[in-house]
Amino acid sequence: MSHQATLDTLLTRFPEAGIERQEGLDFTIVLPSSLIVDACRTLRDDLGFDFLSNLTAVDRPDAFEVVYHLYSLSNPAPPLALKVRLADKADPRLASVTSVWEGANLQEREVYDLFGIVFEGHPKLERILLWEGFPGHPLRKDFINRIYSFEEMRATLPPETER
Amino acid sequence: MPEREIHHTLTVPETLVPEDLQRNALLTSVDSVYNWARRRSMWPLTFGLACCALEMIAAGAARYDYGRLGMDIPFSSPRQSDLLIISGTITHKMAPQLIRLWNQMPEPKYSIAMGACTVSGGTFDSYAVVQGAAELIPVDIYLPGCPPRPEALIYAFTKLHEMVGQQSVKTVSWYRKEGEA
Repeated sequence: MSHQATLDTLLTRFPEAGIERQEGLDFTIVLPSSLIVDACRTLRDDLGFDFLSNLTAVDRPDAFEVVYHLYSLSNPAPPLALKVRLADKADPRLASVTSVWEGANLQEREVYDLFGIVFEGHPKLERILLWEGFPGHPLRKDFINRIYSFEEMRATLPPETER
Repeated sequence: MPEREIHHTLTVPETLVPEDLQRNALLTSVDSVYNWARRRSMWPLTFGLACCALEMIAAGAARYDYGRLGMDIPFSSPRQSDLLIISGTITHKMAPQLIRLWNQMPEPKYSIAMGACTVSGGTFDSYAVVQGAAELIPVDIYLPGCPPRPEALIYAFTKLHEMVGQQSVKTVSWYRKEGEA
């Protein structure tokens, strides 16, 4: 299936949503955030994108951008990138796609950990690389990177019974 | 390294030992025997933190083989280990576990800070990394390098053996009662 056919199918299925095609080297589709779970289910069931290769985020000046890289193992479709823009930088929220691809579980936790984007409907949305209590989200542009002494960090670490 | 401490008293005074036993008796000091045994059976804890751990593994493998120094078994329990090789970047998340392992090791115990990250935090001026192992536990040997080659690690072992050889049972802290000077 070609990229154009993928785009056409999505446009037919969700005509009222603002689905954009970004020009550039990659084939990228920009979705509104309300559509993400339905669109992903369509992509998986009808268009064969059965493998979520990567889920990450970008901190843009005006929005958080969540990026999904999709591949198809069952049918030789070219890879596809999905993007969702979250304009509310104070409280970024997005529906979880763990119901579509199980593999999104850990990747959404990582994005939550490092960017602070809340994935609603995630079965266990906890920090994965850092610990609960870490001050801030380090991959945000407004996070100021500096050296923390262990004494300073110890206050935020979990109690000994939970390590 | 020759065992000078043992061999220098090979001549046994005749007044102490009967003649027929003289070829079988050996006189030396308690410290010499004690330190000789400790140096030749110093078991490191199986503990790797980052890329330096790979050089540590290489130092234990066939080409360099630190088993030659009596460190045959990288032991998997801190209770039976004498040496903690802190091999790699210490993150804040790992730091409590490092302290815990160190506290579980029985005295006498030694530690080597292997690599730039454990010596000073290295290149990571970061929110995630502890700036040097000395912030957490006492360090006996600092071994710089990024990562240090196996030869360097073995040099650190020999330096540690020298250090251990100079300790005396009379003055070490771990045989003293609490409060004793």
